[in-house]
Amino acid sequence: MFVLEVFISGLLSGVMYSLVALGFVLIFKASGVFNFAQGAMVLLAALTFVRFIEMGIPLWLAAIMTFGVMIVLAIFIERFLLRPLVNQPLITLFMLTIGLNYFLEGLAQAVWDAEVHGLDIGIEDVPWVGLEQATGLLISMFDVISALIAMGLVIILSIVFNKTKVGRALRAVSNDHQAAMSVGIPLNRIWVIVWAMSGLVALVAGALWGTRLGVQFSLSIVALKALPVLILGGFNSIMGAIVAGLIIGASEKLGEVFLGPYVGGGIESFFPYVLAMMVLFWRPQGLFGDVIIERV
Amino acid sequence: MTATEEIQSAADQRISDEVLMSVRNIRLSFGGVKALRDVSFDIAKGEIRAIIGPNGAGKTSMLNVINGVYHPQEGTIFYKGKTGLMKPHEAATKGISRTFQNLALFRGMTTLDNIMTGRNMKIKRNFLWQALRWGPAQREESENREAVERVIGFLEIESIRKTPVGRLPYGLQKRVELGRALAAEPELLLLDEPMSGMNVEEKEDMCRFILDVNDEFGTTICLIEHDMSVVMDISDRVVVLDYGSKIADDTPNEVRANQAVIDAYLGVSH
Ligand SMILES: Nc1ncnc2c1ncn2[C@@H]1O[C@H](COP(=O)(O)OP(=O)(O)O)[C@@H](O)[C@H]1O
Ligand SMILES: [Mg+2]
Repeated sequence: MFVLEVFISGLLSGVMYSLVALGFVLIFKASGVFNFAQGAMVLLAALTFVRFIEMGIPLWLAAIMTFGVMIVLAIFIERFLLRPLVNQPLITLFMLTIGLNYFLEGLAQAVWDAEVHGLDIGIEDVPWVGLEQATGLLISMFDVISALIAMGLVIILSIVFNKTKVGRALRAVSNDHQAAMSVGIPLNRIWVIVWAMSGLVALVAGALWGTRLGVQFSLSIVALKALPVLILGGFNSIMGAIVAGLIIGASEKLGEVFLGPYVGGGIESFFPYVLAMMVLFWRPQGLFGDVIIERV
Repeated sequence: MTATEEIQSAADQRISDEVLMSVRNIRLSFGGVKALRDVSFDIAKGEIRAIIGPNGAGKTSMLNVINGVYHPQEGTIFYKGKTGLMKPHEAATKGISRTFQNLALFRGMTTLDNIMTGRNMKIKRNFLWQALRWGPAQREESENREAVERVIGFLEIESIRKTPVGRLPYGLQKRVELGRALAAEPELLLLDEPMSGMNVEEKEDMCRFILDVNDEFGTTICLIEHDMSVVMDISDRVVVLDYGSKIADDTPNEVRANQAVIDAYLGVSH
């Protein structure tokens, strides 16, 4: 019974990892770059959201307004960072996202502040009574609802990217920039869309994690939890991000319970990396990543 | 009528006097390299126009200028009588499709998806409706599928419809790339060395497809080749570039006899 409880709550937190990993995957697919600033975007979104709420703006409106801010950010990033650097080596773009990370962290705290803000999105962190009575399982209501929200967003994003014109365009861009433009896909607009989408992902992740941990600087580090998920699932696979998030969520909790006592606990913080490394030896492109065939 | 005259009069009917594209005094350099030096020529509606020249002559650069990949330092381009700098995706919306010298396919996608991408501009409906599978959006999707199937039938690639293109042999990949360009139903089709890296049989197939496209759909074609012999048979008029300059612009027969062209191909120093 206890094992099942651990497993389920692991899966539920895994959904959150999937969500954050998706933010990375979207940008990686569209521009081939690992967006180091994803964590800062989570922080910025959460901080903006919580400060709007503190101003007395209703929850739903504050969410929309924060999404608006993330869209504006996406437009700025495309116009002033990506466009001038088009055709530069990927390492340059990567360095750029590192710079962007510090800039956004600074900006978020300069415009708002560096205090810890409690965030209440109206979901209580209490056991799900109905489930407990029916099955005896002790699962947090908050975990369930936030997992549902994350899952909803993941499903919407997968539909958009698998079934729509924008999705086809994104897949085209991720395959070949030149060819994508030659069939009439405006690269710049796709970049804005993708960064805005990953801004939305940052907002949802920031709001859910912020409720749990309080909105504070450490939120930007939480995003790094997605790194082993990406290694495991493959940097360019939406499906990979989803499945790997669940695997890591469940296995790190189970690892903590079963292996933790032998090594003095604290497994959660490094276990995902160990798992990801093992997968790397076996499948360097991740579980779902595209096979990379080097032309020599 | 002799055979040549017959071909000539057929060509006259196909090609109108109307100029589809006019390239005027194009200069393009990359740092110190002068890729194009004051190049001018035009493309008549309905013709097959070839650009030939030795490697490094500036042919690909010319094509890239035409569809807006590069913006020249000097010179103007008139397309359908209008001038103005275009970006590649705008060129595509205005009916200019192209293929690339070094293949630019969406390698992770199937043949079908690659060619479907060529229909990108034909898809108007908002993505929300598509996701919700709303009637008119569905209808549009099936129209596009039909168009793609026609292209697949035309190029005789039914059997590789579901194959990821990265797994196809080079010659077939080139054919898929042509298919993607055709799916857009272009008015002007730009082909950068469509026959490079192919065996004799594949080259013959490709020549046939190019002629058929021009014949059946009236598509204007501008194609690049560095191997002179291949294009001579299928093109109406030929521009010859050498070291970024135009050294000849004439019918295939005239060009073949042109001393400057022969010298350029034999590598006679200037
Ligand atoms: N993007 C570029 N950057 C720098 N030089 C280039 C670039 N593209 C082409 N060139 C140079 O311009 C000249 C013409 O090249 P290109 O148009 O590819 O010739 P062709 O297609 O006739 O072989 C060559 O000297 C080539 O090195
Ligand atoms: Mg070339």
